[in-house]
Amino acid sequence: MNWPTILGISKTHLRSRLKQTSIAALGVTFGIGTFITLASFMTGLNGLLDGLILNRTPHIHIYNKIEPSVQQPITLVQQFSGAINVIHSIKPKKGQVRIHNALPLLNHLRSQESVRGAIPQVQAQVFYLAGSIELNGVVFGIDVMEEDRLFNIGDYVIQGDPQDLARTNNGIILGAGLGAKMSLKIGDKVQLSSANGGLFPLKIVGFYQSGLAEIDDVQSYVNLATAQNILGKGSDYISDINVKLFDMEKAPLMAEQISSQYDLTAVDIKTANAQFETGTQIRNIITYAVSITLLIVAGFGIYNILNMMIYEKMNDIAILKATGFSGRDVKMIFISEALIIGIIGGALGLLIGYGLSVGISYIPFETEALPTVKTFPVNNDPLFYLIGTVFALVATFFAGYLPATKAERIDPVEIIRGQ
Amino acid sequence: MTLPSPYILEARNINKYFTEPVKFHVLKEISFGIAAGEFVSIMGKSGCGKSTLLYILSTMDTAYEGSLLLNGEELFGKSNKELSIVRNEHIGFVFQFHYLLPEFTVLENVMLPAKKLARKSLAEIEEDALKKLDLLDIKYLAPKLANRISGGEKQRVAIARALINDPMIIMGDEPTGNLDSKNAENVFDILKQLSTDQGMSLLVVTHDLDFAKKTDRIIEMADGRIHSSHK
Repeated sequence: MNWPTILGISKTHLRSRLKQTSIAALGVTFGIGTFITLASFMTGLNGLLDGLILNRTPHIHIYNKIEPSVQQPITLVQQFSGAINVIHSIKPKKGQVRIHNALPLLNHLRSQESVRGAIPQVQAQVFYLAGSIELNGVVFGIDVMEEDRLFNIGDYVIQGDPQDLARTNNGIILGAGLGAKMSLKIGDKVQLSSANGGLFPLKIVGFYQSGLAEIDDVQSYVNLATAQNILGKGSDYISDINVKLFDMEKAPLMAEQISSQYDLTAVDIKTANAQFETGTQIRNIITYAVSITLLIVAGFGIYNILNMMIYEKMNDIAILKATGFSGRDVKMIFISEALIIGIIGGALGLLIGYGLSVGISYIPFETEALPTVKTFPVNNDPLFYLIGTVFALVATFFAGYLPATKAERIDPVEIIRGQ
Repeated sequence: MTLPSPYILEARNINKYFTEPVKFHVLKEISFGIAAGEFVSIMGKSGCGKSTLLYILSTMDTAYEGSLLLNGEELFGKSNKELSIVRNEHIGFVFQFHYLLPEFTVLENVMLPAKKLARKSLAEIEEDALKKLDLLDIKYLAPKLANRISGGEKQRVAIARALINDPMIIMGDEPTGNLDSKNAENVFDILKQLSTDQGMSLLVVTHDLDFAKKTDRIIEMADGRIHSSHK
């Protein structure tokens, strides 16, 4: 195979049909450009929506569930085994809400290799008092710096700084809805009353907005110790443990181990958010379906133009074959023409796709639900550029392959005699 | 066993059939040879099979029976790829219509078969091409685009291209058929000169009796057979 000669012929062919060549290349440019833009934008949005839930959801949530005992006393009695026992009005067994031996469990979890972090929480039912108003609510006692590291709580603190909570002993980050209801601002005091009657004046250091009104209207964050105080419990009182792993896929297995080993309820993220993953998958499928359609349309454009080119070039093909170029040489001439169109069009498409996705990332996009997001999210994953490049080459290769095979088979005698 | 051939190009018992639209015996038991330096013309009425024979001899048509020897080497049964190498190296072709690649310059057209052969460096090929053009007195055309020159000039460029790889034989299918008498004479003179000066073998299919009379030998064909072969 004599590549310089073959490429020289391809180049001359393409240059002498500059208009057709550019239209074919533009088809590829359009296809690849749109693919990149669409993929970056759609996966950016996907990431945002996933983050909305996944970033702040623990991979494993460990707590003590209040539920009736599965083993009722009667099932333990030998003489009734095998009988159908009917028990009315079963009540849950009296037990503690706290996690038993929580601190050693935390240490055990943290020492595991697959665990990125495990943090304790204390949940407490409270009333928010502001003047004569009394609002029902719940506070979470958290280790705010760890919470920020693992679950990005800082992204949802719209006023103030999560660090301020760590610095202020009796600080509180109030739900934005609560703040609005009670006309409170940073620096104000809010009184909390616990279920057993204690009063706790706390200083507001920030406002928290999750974007879900029913959460923002009831939920607040305080330091771990504050929550333990509100409940009147000691520093080993922990009601929930949230675990974040390095690999989310390992969550179900680990949750199962924890729940059987420690006799606790451990819910993994997959079980808790099963419908979420389905949504993500479907959005991805739509993105790829649309992109591939665009690229296939571009491929047909190339096929069409090369086909026409070959009809125009019948004489050239005959003369090349008569002067000693083999069918394979002729085939390679047309395939390389297709690939040159693909490379030029594809490269331009990558540039345009990049330009458009950068452009999109500057379009303002403000929403209540996402206080940190100011512009449209774009995911400039190099993988899309790789897929785009590969697809441009593969599509143009096949678009060129069929006409080129036709050219390979053309019988020069028929063309020469036909004149 | 093939007998050794005393000729540059020899056909032995070549038969060819057309199957479309009905089976038709086009060439019947064609046998002849062309010696080194011989200038042979093939004449005959339209449809007698002379062009068909030429395409078989040129190796472009492979659907025949019989034996075809180029410098003693059997060509029947070779693959298309092998035959394209044979054509590239040993056979020069001149057609009735000029068949230059229109988007390439004259020089590039002449260089192309040598580039395919790739036996010499690009600079050497260019030098060769200019020499061949000079031989035909058209060196001044070299930088022009092939579709910007006259018919007579095109035919001379085609001859220069046929010569570029110093082939064993040049074949022509009505090489002067599309030219006015002055240009036709000019082209004939060039071919004749190649035969006498360079000892090149030539085989030309023609309708033109005046042209044929000036060649070394005329093969007359009728109804797919060689009717006569004479000086």
